[in-house]
Amino acid sequence: MTTDDRPDPDALLALARAEGKGRLKIFLGAAPGVGKTFEMLTDAAAARRDGVDVVIGVVETHGRVETEALTRPYEIVPRRQVPYEGRVLAEMDLDTILARRPRLVLVDELAHTNAPGSRHSKRWQDVEELLAAGIDVYSTLNIQHIESLNDVVASFTRVRVRETVPDRILDMAEIELVDLPPDELIERLKAGKVYLPAEATRALAHFFSKPNLSALRELALRRAAQAVDAQMLEHVRALGVGGTWAASERIVVAIGELPGTDGLVRAAKRIADALRAPWTALFIETPRVLGFGEAEHRRVAAAMTLATSLGGAVATVPAANVTEGITAFVADARATQLILGKSRRSRLFELRHGSVVDRLVRGMPGVAVHVLPFEEGPPPARGGARARSRGWGAPAGYAVATGLILAVTAFGRGLIHILDIGNVALLYLLPVMAAATLYGLRTGIFAGLAASLAYNFFFLPPTGTLTVSNPENIISLLVLLGVAVATSQLNARVRAQADLAAAGARTNAALAGFLRDLTGLNDADQVRARICEEIARLFDAQALLIAGGEGEGVAVLAASAPGHRLETVDLAAARWAWDTGTPAGRGSGTLAASEWLFQPLKAGERTLAVLALARDDGGDPVRADRLPLLMSLADQAALVLERLRLEGEMRDLDAVRTRDRLRAALLSSVSHDLRTPLTAVLAAADALDAGADPALVDTIRVEARRLNRFVANLLDMARVEAGALRLKVEATDLSDAVTGAAHDARAALTGHAVLLDVPPDLPLVRVDPQLLHHILLNLLDNAGRYADPDSEVIVRGRHMHGELRLSVLDSGPGLPPGRERQVFETFRRLEGSDRAAGGTGLGLAIVKAFAEAMDLSVEAANRTDVAGACFTLVFPAALIVRGGGEGESV
Amino acid sequence: MPARILVVDDELSIRRLLRATLERAGYAVSEAVNGRDALIRAAADQPDAALIDLGLPDRDGLELIPLIRREGAPAILVVSARDATEEKVAALDLGADDYVTKPFDSEELLARLRVALRHRTGAGAPPKPVHAGPVTIDLDRRLVTRGAEEVHLTRKEHDVLAILARAAGRVVTHDRIMAQAWAGDADARIEYLRIVVRNLRQKLEAPQPVGSLIANELGVGYRLLAD
Repeated sequence: MTTDDRPDPDALLALARAEGKGRLKIFLGAAPGVGKTFEMLTDAAAARRDGVDVVIGVVETHGRVETEALTRPYEIVPRRQVPYEGRVLAEMDLDTILARRPRLVLVDELAHTNAPGSRHSKRWQDVEELLAAGIDVYSTLNIQHIESLNDVVASFTRVRVRETVPDRILDMAEIELVDLPPDELIERLKAGKVYLPAEATRALAHFFSKPNLSALRELALRRAAQAVDAQMLEHVRALGVGGTWAASERIVVAIGELPGTDGLVRAAKRIADALRAPWTALFIETPRVLGFGEAEHRRVAAAMTLATSLGGAVATVPAANVTEGITAFVADARATQLILGKSRRSRLFELRHGSVVDRLVRGMPGVAVHVLPFEEGPPPARGGARARSRGWGAPAGYAVATGLILAVTAFGRGLIHILDIGNVALLYLLPVMAAATLYGLRTGIFAGLAASLAYNFFFLPPTGTLTVSNPENIISLLVLLGVAVATSQLNARVRAQADLAAAGARTNAALAGFLRDLTGLNDADQVRARICEEIARLFDAQALLIAGGEGEGVAVLAASAPGHRLETVDLAAARWAWDTGTPAGRGSGTLAASEWLFQPLKAGERTLAVLALARDDGGDPVRADRLPLLMSLADQAALVLERLRLEGEMRDLDAVRTRDRLRAALLSSVSHDLRTPLTAVLAAADALDAGADPALVDTIRVEARRLNRFVANLLDMARVEAGALRLKVEATDLSDAVTGAAHDARAALTGHAVLLDVPPDLPLVRVDPQLLHHILLNLLDNAGRYADPDSEVIVRGRHMHGELRLSVLDSGPGLPPGRERQVFETFRRLEGSDRAAGGTGLGLAIVKAFAEAMDLSVEAANRTDVAGACFTLVFPAALIVRGGGEGESV
Repeated sequence: MPARILVVDDELSIRRLLRATLERAGYAVSEAVNGRDALIRAAADQPDAALIDLGLPDRDGLELIPLIRREGAPAILVVSARDATEEKVAALDLGADDYVTKPFDSEELLARLRVALRHRTGAGAPPKPVHAGPVTIDLDRRLVTRGAEEVHLTRKEHDVLAILARAAGRVVTHDRIMAQAWAGDADARIEYLRIVVRNLRQKLEAPQPVGSLIANELGVGYRLLAD
């Protein structure tokens, strides 16, 4: 099928976008010391020789003389001095470079982390902004800083770098590999030619072992090859060349709350890259989420963010258990590959519950399941998280349990003679179950222990001791404990599910309430105010709605409470969120020094407003686990704002339509109302008896006709100004047009001889005859008014150079030299000529407007043969009817 | 007996002036101020011609044309301030004989009225030679002479000229000419008509100015200016 060979629109778009943006070239090295900076400077020198405007944004020479020498020819943009904790850090001055607008800027060490308080937390974000501004960038990068390779590198070097660059940055860059064999690099290291920070020397010494360097080199070579491959593919797709693109693979990676889940995401990215498949990071929200502490929430959110930055999609799906959730999602998404982390659950757990992996493999035939081990990290802070979320239980619980057990003991002692000892044991089940149900596992176990001790001490022979003489009674003790544990666990699970359901219900209720509140309102200001109030209430924070203003400023549209304060960094973050449509400020990757979180409200690609949140106490505006709720609310708010905007546009459109209808009616009625009395005047003049002075009758006639012309012009101009001109184009014979106009303008031309020099064999032209008639009437009227008395007015038509020119020439004062063009402006009459002949100056403005409506051009000039003006209508070749001049036989 | 003319206009001054003009020219005049009135008058007076304003208070004058025509078929002249070509063509298609735009020239109005009345009384009579200055058009014999000389016309030229001559003095719309002269030719375009008229003018008008025999009615049609 041929349609498969058509260029992919997305790919073309990507290319087109790349056209307007700057290009990024990355000098990629396997390790420090391979000579990336040197290579970058050498390349830049070549560009500079070709006349490219190159400046240095940042180049770290590390005191090396050869490198230093290479930087000398360039203009260096001075670094920004940022004071930080008593030190002064020198950062690249992004704004100065943007203002300087070089063609190419050199930015060393792409993975660098900026000083706190900078606009972006990472240098690669600065580079993105430079590229967006259309500035080319050369930069350097070591392989271990690539996000998706971070784990791999750490796994064999035992050195983990925190500074990473998202893969998408590499994907859009041209990559030049700076390669140096490991032996040579080690030589250079020994010769002291490689700069190493003093404090890291020991760790790095291990880093520079030969096996490590070889492995790093292999990684770098592979990554560079992959980039070339990807770019080639992009090119092939854009050109619609081949059919090798057959990626039907879809990958889902299940992420969790455990440490190391980010490694899973990176692994998914690598597999997806290798298969060139789209991928999704999936988080299954089960009742266990309730037990999450801040750390778990953060880890899930971080994994989601990481997935997004690596180019994957993300999804959060609620489900009763992980297996069910994953199975349903994989089926819905038609995924072909599933990536899981190896479960940390104990063998015992797997024996009891079965392995999640086993069940998934069984439940999803046809899906390849990759099981990856989590990287070795600190053990999960399980106890910590649970302890914080559930605690040891309320002291009241222990007191109640103790009280109940004492009561049962007293009761049992009272009935000891009636009851069998075994039945007393049953009595103890009551306080244990009560404690476990009311106060949870720990209190339950406590009650179980206490009950067994009390039973043992007070009832089991020998009473008064904690020894057990009869082995059967040990079973009773164990049963008591077992009941405590089972009851409390059962109960805890039921309660957790109820809590989760309640939390879900609360979220839904919040969303529904929010929507209900907003849909009732039709005034944009009220809606904005209500959005702020509701968000402020739901998040217990201050909320603002902000829109970008003219220039660089922002305007606060609504606020939950008066008295907000936006610092410079806040304003910058707000503007950033408005301009880019991505979140900024506290809790985001951009301008995180701001106290506010700026969340854009977007409908499609358009940012309608920016929602700003801050807490009075300066804390995080939105807890990590509440971020999804904020996103949902932001989406809803954006929808409501978009609806209002569209409704507003509809109203405006309606108003315009009504106005146009009214105007048309008005024009028609004015035309009728003005012409009727004129008709009466003219007819009355005609009817005047011969007894009246013929000159006076003539005056009435001439003036009435002039008034009529003026009314016609006013109406025409009103039509033009209202944009209400409707063309009715037909093939028109210019001799007809000229004759008709000369006939209708005969009153205005009284006293002038009119010479019609329009050859009968001129080709026909496609114009609106009515508009052309009005143009000619006005030109003739103008000629009649300004021409010397008894002079000749000439209308001349000529067909030459493929176009047709129709001129009206008069003999008179002509136009003031140099001001020929001004005659066409509405109501302009040329100085010195207005008083002489009267008129409104409207006629020529109509000539121009009508001519342009028909794609004619009109020229005003002075005659070259005699004194006088010459107005020329130019009919371009496109308007000329072919074969019209040949008098075709019919 | 003088011809009876019905003037339909809601403006008193226009009615008064038209009455004066028409009576001076020897016609008998009756008046109507709206559409309803006009139909009653037309039925009662059986006028020979009606002058109709399009902007009437109770109904659009265009609607009135076929209704009045049914009442004794008077000649109909539209006299209106509306100058859109679509309205003129619509009036002619609805059965009006001619069209005069306000403000009008009294002489021109009377000339148009005379032509319309002549056509009404002469309707169905065998066509006789039409004279227009030096040109004589004998429709029966398919003969066109200029002075003493016969003018040779192509078949198409003759067809178009005959259509105009049968309606001598009245405007014939482009559509009507093309429907008759190019009957059955769905592709007929106004360019063909323009070229034929141009050729006719070269043979019959020159060196008189363009339009002295076949006048162009802007955006509406052509009119043969007969004696």
